[in-house]
Amino acid sequence: MGGLQKKKFERGSATNYITRNRARKKLMLSLPDFRRLCILKGIYPHEPKHKKKVNKGSTAPRTFYLLKDIRFLLHEPIVGKFREYKIFVRKLKKAYGKTEWSAVERLKGNKPTYKLDHIIKERYPSFIDALRDIDDALCMCFLFSTFARTGKCHVQTIQLCKRLTVEWMNYVVAARALTKVFLSIKGIYYQAEVMGQLITWLVPYQFSHDHPTDVDYRVMATFTEFYTTLLGFVNFRLYHSLNLLYPPKLDSKAELELKEENEDDYAMNSECYIEKLSALSATLARVVSTAEEEEAQLDQFPVEGEDMERMEAREQEQRKQEVQKKLFEGLKFYLNREVPRESLAFIIRGFGGEVSWDKSAYIGSTYEVTDETITHHIVDRPNIDKQYINRYYIQPQWVYDCINSKIRLPVEDYFLGVTLPPHLSPFVEEKEGDYVPPEKMKIMALQRGEKPAQNQEDEEEEEEEEGEDEEEEEDDNEEEEEEEEEEEKAEEKNLKKMEDQRSQGKSLQVKVTPGKLKVENPARLEQEEKAEEKRLAIMMMKKKEKYLYDKIMFGKKRKVREANKLTAKRKAFDDSEKAKKKKTRK
Amino acid sequence: MEEQSRNMRSSNEQTEKMKKAREKTTKRSKEEEKEEEEEEIFNFKNKPAEEKEEEDDDLSDSEESVFSGLEDSGSDSEEDDDDDKEEDDEDAAEEGDGSDEVTVESQNNQQTEEKTKKKKGGVTGQQQKDEYEQDSSDEEDIRNTVGNIPMEWYKDFPHIGYNLDGKKIYKPIRNKDELDDFLDKMENPDYWRTVHDKQTARDVVLSDEQVDLVNRLQKGQFGDVNFNEYQPTVEFFSNDVMIHPVTNRPADKRSFIPSLIEKEKVSKLVHAIKMGWIKPRRVDDDSRGRFYDLWANEDSSILANHKMHLPAPKTPLPGHQESYNPPPEYLLTEEELAVWEQQDPSDRKFPFVPTRFSNLRQVPAYQRFIHERFERCLDLYLCPRQRKMRVNVNPEDLIPNLPKPKDLQPFPTTQSLVYRGHSGLVRSISVSPTGQWLASGSDDGSVRFWEVCSSRCMKTVQVGGAVKSVAWNPNPSVCLLAVALDSVVLVLSPSLADRQVVSSSERLLSGEQESTEEAGPVTWSDTEEEEQSQGIRLKIQHPKAVHQVVWHSKGDYLASVMPDHSSHLQVFIHQVSRRRSQNPFRKNKGLVQCVSFHPVRPYFFVATQRSVRIYNLVKQEMTKKLQANSKWISSMAVHPGGDHVICGSYDCKLSWFDLDLSTKPYKMLRHHKKAVRGVAYHRNYPLFASASDDGSVIVCHGTVFNDLLQNPLIVPVKVLRGHVITHDLGILDVTFHPTQPWVFSSGADATIRLFT
Repeated sequence: MGGLQKKKFERGSATNYITRNRARKKLMLSLPDFRRLCILKGIYPHEPKHKKKVNKGSTAPRTFYLLKDIRFLLHEPIVGKFREYKIFVRKLKKAYGKTEWSAVERLKGNKPTYKLDHIIKERYPSFIDALRDIDDALCMCFLFSTFARTGKCHVQTIQLCKRLTVEWMNYVVAARALTKVFLSIKGIYYQAEVMGQLITWLVPYQFSHDHPTDVDYRVMATFTEFYTTLLGFVNFRLYHSLNLLYPPKLDSKAELELKEENEDDYAMNSECYIEKLSALSATLARVVSTAEEEEAQLDQFPVEGEDMERMEAREQEQRKQEVQKKLFEGLKFYLNREVPRESLAFIIRGFGGEVSWDKSAYIGSTYEVTDETITHHIVDRPNIDKQYINRYYIQPQWVYDCINSKIRLPVEDYFLGVTLPPHLSPFVEEKEGDYVPPEKMKIMALQRGEKPAQNQEDEEEEEEEEGEDEEEEEDDNEEEEEEEEEEEKAEEKNLKKMEDQRSQGKSLQVKVTPGKLKVENPARLEQEEKAEEKRLAIMMMKKKEKYLYDKIMFGKKRKVREANKLTAKRKAFDDSEKAKKKKTRK
Repeated sequence: MEEQSRNMRSSNEQTEKMKKAREKTTKRSKEEEKEEEEEEIFNFKNKPAEEKEEEDDDLSDSEESVFSGLEDSGSDSEEDDDDDKEEDDEDAAEEGDGSDEVTVESQNNQQTEEKTKKKKGGVTGQQQKDEYEQDSSDEEDIRNTVGNIPMEWYKDFPHIGYNLDGKKIYKPIRNKDELDDFLDKMENPDYWRTVHDKQTARDVVLSDEQVDLVNRLQKGQFGDVNFNEYQPTVEFFSNDVMIHPVTNRPADKRSFIPSLIEKEKVSKLVHAIKMGWIKPRRVDDDSRGRFYDLWANEDSSILANHKMHLPAPKTPLPGHQESYNPPPEYLLTEEELAVWEQQDPSDRKFPFVPTRFSNLRQVPAYQRFIHERFERCLDLYLCPRQRKMRVNVNPEDLIPNLPKPKDLQPFPTTQSLVYRGHSGLVRSISVSPTGQWLASGSDDGSVRFWEVCSSRCMKTVQVGGAVKSVAWNPNPSVCLLAVALDSVVLVLSPSLADRQVVSSSERLLSGEQESTEEAGPVTWSDTEEEEQSQGIRLKIQHPKAVHQVVWHSKGDYLASVMPDHSSHLQVFIHQVSRRRSQNPFRKNKGLVQCVSFHPVRPYFFVATQRSVRIYNLVKQEMTKKLQANSKWISSMAVHPGGDHVICGSYDCKLSWFDLDLSTKPYKMLRHHKKAVRGVAYHRNYPLFASASDDGSVIVCHGTVFNDLLQNPLIVPVKVLRGHVITHDLGILDVTFHPTQPWVFSSGADATIRLFT
């Protein structure tokens, strides 16, 4: 047919992508500005499916952006602001150089600024989209709010982060949205369910940071800039969904209570309010001051195709959640001064408990140690001098474990000076064949409503037996194969012996030995047959499928191996513990 | 003016002289000295200027300027310096404009005039109160007129200078030595206040007042006792408005005319504001930190339908091992910890070491917290994203659904007989067409004949060389065996059959001998008596080592293979009845591995390293070339139907060719773990077997359908094991029983095994 010869790399995937440098040139931005723009607009490189085609035949490592993304950036008003800022910096430098202080003042007064509202609207067209992506924003804001007010970033940023995180925590408390907490070595993980979205964030422990030198704080600051804006809008919306005032105001009743104390001792007047908010001890003011919002009974709409059982199960689930939300209702906690106040106050209030602390430790305490109605006193030291009779003195882990197990656990294991039971991650969901630590089994039994066995040792033994059973089951298949191999080996050995004898020229000793009846287990035979069938079928697999199959099986085997290893380790540990106990008894 | 000053001066002098006369003290005031010097200055004007000129001639201007610059800072009190400067100026002037002395003089006069004015004040002060009465400074001492010079210069003279009258002042006759000094120190009560005056070389005893002065100066106090250090300050410039101006100067004109420069500046600013270069100070709006309901009217914007958007994956949730108080099984043992430390950070399963703290207050800050957050940031904006399909397959579904082996019976399942007797590895086996006998050739140089059913060795023939290949004549009416060893192919008549059959085979061998004269590369010869008795009937001598012999299905033709890279003499086809040999190929097409005859048609299969060629023997042309897709073919077998070929290769593969379909293998089977050494088809049953170095024989069911539409069905049915692997060699040959579904295998462990 003739026609023009098609040129390479002029259509198809090669034209859909653009390298980073070319994108930068197209946008006429410096690399740091380009990065900032990418961070703010959420543009990220794409890995093309056929890299060589996109790279025009070269195999050099390059990062590719979608051309559409870059075209989209071209119309961004913030790019203009970046340029303005560049000019501003240049002018300012010039004025400094000429020591024209009035010019410096004037320039500083007209420093170009930009707003990110439209970008947030663009990136998250609906509120749920924004909620879905709020995890990183929360982590970052919580980290920045713990920074010292000097050095690494602007004080305003830190203050804004602090304000936003406090608002967020207040919302979670007000909405009773918290579901899981986890004390890890990195920090404290919280998980909340907000409007059907599971949101997880990590808060570092309250220590000053050892700022690493190999971290680019400008990048982090740009992210924070975006995240604070996002979190602010999300907070606004969330507060309004609960009919709360935004910016948050303390309930007038609560405010009066708090006012009695001399506020000047704690903070400057400007910071006092946010400090009081961050104390989390008071309820927030509502737009419509309904005394108690009545529990709206949800009407049941049977979904078609859904049978009654499933609906019932769902109902039960809901009821359970309701119960969990009121886990600490009616309890009064008192925090000793060495426990992490913010975290504990947050979670106790998040589950309906009342909490207070020493007046000198932080602003916003509501009652004294001497209060007779305190039910739980949380202490993190080996012993305490003055103890009241009508309250439990427990370690902080109790609160966290209760929340994760969704029931009030027995307090005996958490008394002062007692070796604590292990703290388990609530985020692990064991599937069939995974290793389940015995502590988890115990908690699951408690959740089902079973009473813990009277004698602890009995229980332990039982558990051990169970564990062994499991192991056996797991090992069953492997063992069979091994047995087979062993049999074959034995046979082979016999034959070999005979062969040797013959080759040595000895005549076989004629000897009649009583034969053994070989008991054939029909079930076993069948199983073997099936196994062989499977093995033969596997041989006939196509190369691709075989590869995939091998990979899957390898993964499965590794899982089993790891689980076995953990059980073995646990068993060894338990044995050594037992031996120790015996020794001490003797 | 000059006159006036002179008069004044003379009057000064007079008063001075009067004073001197009156006081008669040895010391004089500063003022006096100064005045004297001034006198000298006046003298200079006329006389020493010329001298100076000469001296200063060699000084360059720049040096002068440097000097003057340095001495500029000198104050009026340092008269000497001042004078010097004046002199310098004078010199410079003279140098500059030659004889313009008048101006210089006038300048000088002016200066002196000013000075005298000052002096006047001083003199008047003196007149009021003689404050220099007790001044005892030695500097102004003019008892010795040598001036301010180091007195060492007069060391060698008897005198130390001249007095005012120009007379020599003599040194004291006797110099004090150490001893005198010491004695003086001991005896003289005034020794401590005695000072040696170098200029007059006399000792001066200081008075009480003088000692007092010295003491006070040493302490840093003022010399004058009566001086009040803390006088109340009188501020010259104060906030009080004075009635009189400080200076009497009239106000400048510029002070009441509007400034042009300022006007210019203002107009510049106005212009800049007009042009919008300078913006009025912005009112600080706090809208940045103000939030509102952004999603009040939700509309799906363009980005929402952005198909290529890949949301970033969330960070994985922590497991039990990240807990501050994990269960003990999650803690690392020492070995695991060592391994963890050895590993590269990217290879580690967790970026942290699980640690246990007995209570919450002992948990420290996590060192890498900021790092990890930063890495997350980098991942979010730098990491290329790609949508990856995660396979969510039940592995059981991947296993192909094949007919059950049970339904495909019969096939060999168990090892039933072992034929022992060889002492070397058994390279080749062959079953007689009746299925009663089994012949095997081994590296120990013997060919053995076994009865299949009883595993008895009926006959052993020593052929004197490692046997490479044995092949039983497929014609059931003759009983012959071809044996390949070294470069000879032997034809044996084992006489393990009916007499009729034996005689017929004898007849075949003793056929016409026509082509003995043709001295080809191959020579046929009868054997001698000894060998005759063993059953060896014919010897076909080849030029090179023979690796394989094959019979044609009719039993008259015999093909032998001599693998050689460099020549076309690799394959010979012999006709036994006529004792004739021919080389069918004119060209070398690669190293021949094995050959085979088509069971029914006149085709000839030649397997080279990578491919199988099929030749039509009648038309004498190549009909097909099969690509085996393997590196090195080891063995080949042709289906009894003639339409299918299997090839075993040293790279563990078995390829099944359907000659009707294509020249590529219809199926590649990678069942073996090691090199495949032998393959075989069953003559009646739809079975084929492959033997490999991994010591296993895999029997597969391979149904070939008669209609061309249906592809062959290949199902592995049994893996047979039994041979012991020796020297990395497992099974070397495999063959089926002609009638029963039995398979024989010979291995490197010197045994032959029968699986039924």
